[in-house]
Amino acid sequence: MRLNIRHTSRYQFDAPVYYGLQQLRKTPKTTQQQTIVSWETHITGGQKELSYHDHHNNVVELVSFDRDATDVTIESNGTVEVHETHGVLGPHRGFAPLWLYLRATPLTRAGPLCKNLIKDINEATPLARLHALSTSILDAAKYEIGTSHPGWTAEDVLTHGVGVCQDHAHVFIACAREMRIPARYVSGYLMLDDRVDQDASHAWAEAFVPDLGWVGFDISNGISPDIRYVRVATGLDYPEAAPITGTRLGGTGESLSVQIMVAQQ
Amino acid sequence: MLGKTANGIFWMYRSLERAENTSRLVETGQRIALTRLGDTSDEWRSILQTAGVISGYDQHYDSYAGDTVIDWLLRDLNNSSSVQSVIRNARQNARLVRTALTHDVWEATNGCYMEATKHLTRKVTERDLPNVLGLVRQRAALVRGATHGTMLRNDIYDFARLGTFIERADNTARILDVKYYVLLPSMMSVGSSIDNVQWDTILRSLSANGGFRMEYGSATSPRDIAQFLILDRRMPRSLAFCANKLRENLHYLENTHGSDKPSITMAEDLVSGPLSRPIDDIFDQGLHEFTQDTLAKIAKLSRQIEIDFRFYE
Amino acid sequence: MENGDILNEMWHADGSARQPYKDFQSWFEGEDLSRLRAKQREAEDIFRLTGITFNVYGRAQAEEKIIPFDIVPRILSGREWQKLSRGIEQRVRAINAFLYDIYHRQEIIRSGRVPKEMISKNAAFLPAMIGVDPPGGVYTHIVGIDLVRTGEDQFYVLEDNARTPSGVSYMLENRETMLQMFPELFARNRVQAVQNYPRDLWRSLAASAPSVSNATPTVAVLTPGIYNSAYFEHAFLADQMGVELVEGHDLRIVDGRVAMRTTRGYHPIDVLYRRVDDDFLDPLNFNPESTLGVPGIMDVYRAGGITIANAPGTGIADDKAIYSYMPEIVEFYTGEKAILENVPTWRCSDSDSLAYVLDNLNDLVVKEVHGSGGYGMLIGPTATKKDIALFRKKLQARPGNYIAQPTLSLSTVPVFTRAGLAPRHVDLRPFVLVSPNSVNITPGGLTRVALKKGSLVVNSSQGGGTKDTWVLED
Repeated sequence: MRLNIRHTSRYQFDAPVYYGLQQLRKTPKTTQQQTIVSWETHITGGQKELSYHDHHNNVVELVSFDRDATDVTIESNGTVEVHETHGVLGPHRGFAPLWLYLRATPLTRAGPLCKNLIKDINEATPLARLHALSTSILDAAKYEIGTSHPGWTAEDVLTHGVGVCQDHAHVFIACAREMRIPARYVSGYLMLDDRVDQDASHAWAEAFVPDLGWVGFDISNGISPDIRYVRVATGLDYPEAAPITGTRLGGTGESLSVQIMVAQQ
Repeated sequence: MLGKTANGIFWMYRSLERAENTSRLVETGQRIALTRLGDTSDEWRSILQTAGVISGYDQHYDSYAGDTVIDWLLRDLNNSSSVQSVIRNARQNARLVRTALTHDVWEATNGCYMEATKHLTRKVTERDLPNVLGLVRQRAALVRGATHGTMLRNDIYDFARLGTFIERADNTARILDVKYYVLLPSMMSVGSSIDNVQWDTILRSLSANGGFRMEYGSATSPRDIAQFLILDRRMPRSLAFCANKLRENLHYLENTHGSDKPSITMAEDLVSGPLSRPIDDIFDQGLHEFTQDTLAKIAKLSRQIEIDFRFYE
Repeated sequence: MENGDILNEMWHADGSARQPYKDFQSWFEGEDLSRLRAKQREAEDIFRLTGITFNVYGRAQAEEKIIPFDIVPRILSGREWQKLSRGIEQRVRAINAFLYDIYHRQEIIRSGRVPKEMISKNAAFLPAMIGVDPPGGVYTHIVGIDLVRTGEDQFYVLEDNARTPSGVSYMLENRETMLQMFPELFARNRVQAVQNYPRDLWRSLAASAPSVSNATPTVAVLTPGIYNSAYFEHAFLADQMGVELVEGHDLRIVDGRVAMRTTRGYHPIDVLYRRVDDDFLDPLNFNPESTLGVPGIMDVYRAGGITIANAPGTGIADDKAIYSYMPEIVEFYTGEKAILENVPTWRCSDSDSLAYVLDNLNDLVVKEVHGSGGYGMLIGPTATKKDIALFRKKLQARPGNYIAQPTLSLSTVPVFTRAGLAPRHVDLRPFVLVSPNSVNITPGGLTRVALKKGSLVVNSSQGGGTKDTWVLED
């Protein structure tokens, strides 16, 4: 299946930005699951400074804002051919050692609630345990938009009992690592069947299962990624895989509008 | 060179110039206090005004006694323009721009700071005052000497000179601004010794009494003093001299930095305006208005230099 | 007064001078003590006026102090030095190979020579460096190896400094000061020169420039600012190399490069000799609170637009826990036995070692794994009962944070005191420059001396001084 994707982030500022840098992780790569037919990112109100591959093998682009910019738009669009792999990405690649994906980050530290969540998970195989984990996370934290904050830790999510895809992924990662299974955060796109305009970019998790390699888990939807998923960036947690992270001087009164369209070609 | 370094050099030399000017003001004030009977608080007040530090002083004291004024001007670190403060500042800037200075200039600056710190950490007694003031000026002069003798004549040097002459022009204009009325023809009361003392004060606070005598002899007239301090291009503290140096140094920078800088136009205007016309024109325009206008122009030029040469981002 | 086991580098037990000190000894005997006392004061004046000062940490108002300088040189023979420098070169090459490996395939872990936990649980391991190929393959452009001597032929490496070793300005200024005060000494001894260091440093840095660089690379020194304890050294090195001394706020990303704000606009930097710690280097990628660094410099680095010297993440090689594996590390990468010996080290993370250390606290030196500057360290033999009790608690609470070593009988070199010469313990920090095609070791290095009688702490922050260090031409 071919998907056309357009992702536009427009920043408007009341006061001009004096100096601003943004790291973009918005370029998907060809994998077992997907083939990138075409992809490009355009900037208005700023310029692309450089790009490189980070240690999670993401394409990172560094963008600077024009001096005194008040309106910056970052638009990515492209076409991706998606293949059905039943969520299996396959062997680990790159220099990053697998043990790196066992490291807790501030957002994915397993506390009492995470530990409590996994104490009854005792299925025979790692894969079965991970599926069980995914199910119990959705039970423990209902999918609910508008309550959680981007800064919530895995424990925060379980404390409040609600969350969105990012929150579910963080809890999953924290628990999987606590179970000594390497896990990572994935940001990407999901084509919802009933619409073209999506509310937000999507997030899920991958865990490393012996024999299979990396396997995806979309906890919020209770499935493994299929041909409606486009995988863009990975990291130990959201900040490492976020589509846009940055820093700036000046530029108060920011308003951000994000438009994401995913459609079958 | 780095914009930050140009800024550091500029302020290092402004600070050194200010240290010298302030110590000269203290010396003048002390001289009046010693040679005059009766209350001298008006004189000390106008010296604080000239040094531009009176509002800070007023927050700490409610009278203008000689010893408190001297302490404020000389040592008090709450006064960012006190001699001790500006020497610290000069040395701080010198550390910041250490790579732009010759060994000799750095050592002279550090030596100036060490000596000043030694003498200014405790209150200066009346008896020690002349010595300490002399020492400060001597040490600052050593820095200037090392600068002339060892620094390359490149952009670093130009920024050092710009700092020096912005500060010096500002100081001369301030002295004129605070005392302009004693130079007005209408204020001239023939044979009054008061005015003679005031005239002497102005000249001394610019180390100009000797030069003035050399040019004009003993026949002092306020018009001559104004002419000498404002327009005489041989007098190294006159406004015309300073303005001309500012223009010159900005032109040297053209070679390496291009000629499209607004600061160059401003310096040209400063030189070619009232400073190129006879003194009577200035009196006609109004000495007060002239000094106010000049002070504003100097401040504007200084800010423009900061922008043109990227002192800050 | 002195234990007979302790090597005095100047005198044999019978009172005759050891070979390297013979000339110095005869000169000294002809000198008038009061003249030397005056010279000692003169040296201090030179240091103060030149501004060779350091700021003391932990004081609100940064206070500038000078490091006491002792006029008696520390003298090594050419033969002694030769052996040392071979060992140093071997060790530094191994450190670079180790760093490359750790940030790539981690063969040394796969081979089992270094346990995975030493890296995976180590805060000094910098994931952002994984898979990065530094220009020229150099990780540690500047290294300081701290050595102590315990016998005629016995040197130990106390620690490796692979992040941003400091002190080289003292090595150079100490020599300048000696040349100025005692020119006659240099006429009678052929002392190997150290003065080329700044030029060698520039060459070495320039040789590691990234491929985007011009034929003559633009080098700059990055300092945290004038309140940093080593600011004098940063300014000194920039000055001596004839390059700009920059702070974070002078720099920004322009056209994909790190560029400095000059009076004429932004100018790209090819090689940045940074004296800012990793964590503070880039608020966009590391500590977001840092105001000392340059947002985006790591991105430029990873895209190949700049050389950062030393490379980020080199701390994994001079970590005190990794230190204990250095003999294995040297052997793994060079295929040779380590020429320089390590001090035997107990890793307190190991429960048997911890038990031994706790039983023998009175005799051991206990160090924090990540500490430096002589802070957070226990010297058993001279510690108070209270200190020992305190460290016992610390060790029990977080054993993995500590290593322990025997107290070594550090050699002594005389210092000049009011009463004449008196022996004091010393160490030695030689400075090593690494470029893609050579390893350059300045003959000698910085000798630090514990000025307090009997003391083994040579750190300047704790009453240590320095000496000029001579390597004689044989």
